[in-house]
Amino acid sequence: MVKFLPLQKAVAENLRDGDTVAFEGFTHLIPTAAAHEAIRQGFRGLTLIRMTPDLIYDQMIGMGMAKKIVFSYVGNPGVGLLRRARDAIENGWPNTIEVEEHSHAGMANAYEAGASGLPCAIFRGYRGAELAKVNPNIKSIACPFTGEILAAVPSVRPDVTFIHAQKADKKGNVLVEGIIGIQKEAVLAAKRAVVTVEEVVSDFDDLHPNLTILPHWTITAISVVPGGSHPSYAHGYYARDNAAYLEWDEIAADRERFCAWMQENVIEASPDDFAARVAGLRNAA
Amino acid sequence: MSSFSPNEMMTIAASRALKNEDVCFVGIGAPSAACNVARLTHAPDITLIYESGTIGTAPDVLPLSIGDGELCDTAVTTVSVPEMFRYWLQGGRVTIGFLGAAQLDKFGNINTTVIGDYANPKTRLPGGGGAPEIAISSGEIYITMAQSKRGMVEKIDFFTSFGHGEGGDHRQRLGIDTKGPTLLITDLAIWKPDEITKEFTVVLLHPGVTREQVQESCGWTVKFAEEMDTTPAPTERELKTLRDLQARTKAAHEGAGEGKAAYR
Repeated sequence: MVKFLPLQKAVAENLRDGDTVAFEGFTHLIPTAAAHEAIRQGFRGLTLIRMTPDLIYDQMIGMGMAKKIVFSYVGNPGVGLLRRARDAIENGWPNTIEVEEHSHAGMANAYEAGASGLPCAIFRGYRGAELAKVNPNIKSIACPFTGEILAAVPSVRPDVTFIHAQKADKKGNVLVEGIIGIQKEAVLAAKRAVVTVEEVVSDFDDLHPNLTILPHWTITAISVVPGGSHPSYAHGYYARDNAAYLEWDEIAADRERFCAWMQENVIEASPDDFAARVAGLRNAA
Repeated sequence: MSSFSPNEMMTIAASRALKNEDVCFVGIGAPSAACNVARLTHAPDITLIYESGTIGTAPDVLPLSIGDGELCDTAVTTVSVPEMFRYWLQGGRVTIGFLGAAQLDKFGNINTTVIGDYANPKTRLPGGGGAPEIAISSGEIYITMAQSKRGMVEKIDFFTSFGHGEGGDHRQRLGIDTKGPTLLITDLAIWKPDEITKEFTVVLLHPGVTREQVQESCGWTVKFAEEMDTTPAPTERELKTLRDLQARTKAAHEGAGEGKAAYR
């Protein structure tokens, strides 16, 4: 039964040290507020799964929360590299992390297999690509009908998935629209799912019947956090704070500057601070 | 004729390679600019696809990321990421995959993963994203990048996405039945693979560019076609389209507010 909870409580009840966790969002609807709450609560030893670990995984890695990352693109989208993740991979700061790297097709198929209750995903991929040599979880399998050699990867089954969505109705059904990314699969693949939303409306009766809706019984907890995706965006609510992505490149380049920024903007902040951050971006949405 | 920069020549030359009928899977950066110049000039009906799931998108400004809202707002349809990679790319519906590269070799193999050893990298780059499968499932691959000895190397540090491998019929030997890299557009020249060896060969030099300049900024010994021509200079319309697009993009990316990130 889905519960509407304050974010602090939703995170505390659903995330544990050592969990395998996905904070998903493909550029759009990134669950930043949930990630910041997890940072404040100081979890350790996490296996962080995400197709495009951007700023929030850079922040979690830099704060020493990650034991391992599973990903397909470890960059700051459109800007360049993720400097905290690099520092961990290249120099072991603040700790060494294990890396399991896939392609987007590999990760997308693995989430879909997880949502489908399958042990693995099969697809035409990685031919000639060296990732298959450095990641023992990329294997191949012959099609039993044609003999074609296809790639196989284990399905992704997170202990808990966090996503951000536009809205929930009073029953706890969740609507995601715009670039829908991998969120539906990430929720259905996980044992528990926590969703932050921009707002709660009474019902979805007037909406197009095919909008992406996760029924309330697929969700563990919902927290209302307006602006909770900033500096990512929520289609129809506020625009992407591109300047913040550009600025992050400078902040994350220096360990001390990073730590000071995290202290001011995450550790000493709260979920309520997100609404003000997107105030100037609402007209542009 | 206005003067133009090597980068403008590169983007415009790349845009000309795209046709109105193409279904193009667009990489971010230089490919994105070229694809949108094509759409705004000679190929108004081209289908541009970004890996975030936007199909048939027509952005007014270039996206900073592959998932900007502008891409979705202007798309014919937006699908989930698994659907994008399964039905549309793997399903064989993409005619051109347009990629950039951090490191490239003469057979069109691309590295965007690491500089140095994978386990102990000197520089950890973002990685492949969609590229490993774009490289094998698109009908053919165009590559665009500015030339440099660091970027165009004899041996890449990591095979992120497969081009022609060791050359010749290496793709077929791995069971890859698409054409692979058929065109390389740099800031100095246009290159095509040799029919037999598949080694990239310079077929056109951009206006005012010499063979020596191409060789000096390339890490392998460059092959030139016996008969080389000169790339036609950008037209006024092409230049204006590109510059207007870049100006709109710059204004948009400086932020919706005061061009400052919205933290305290």
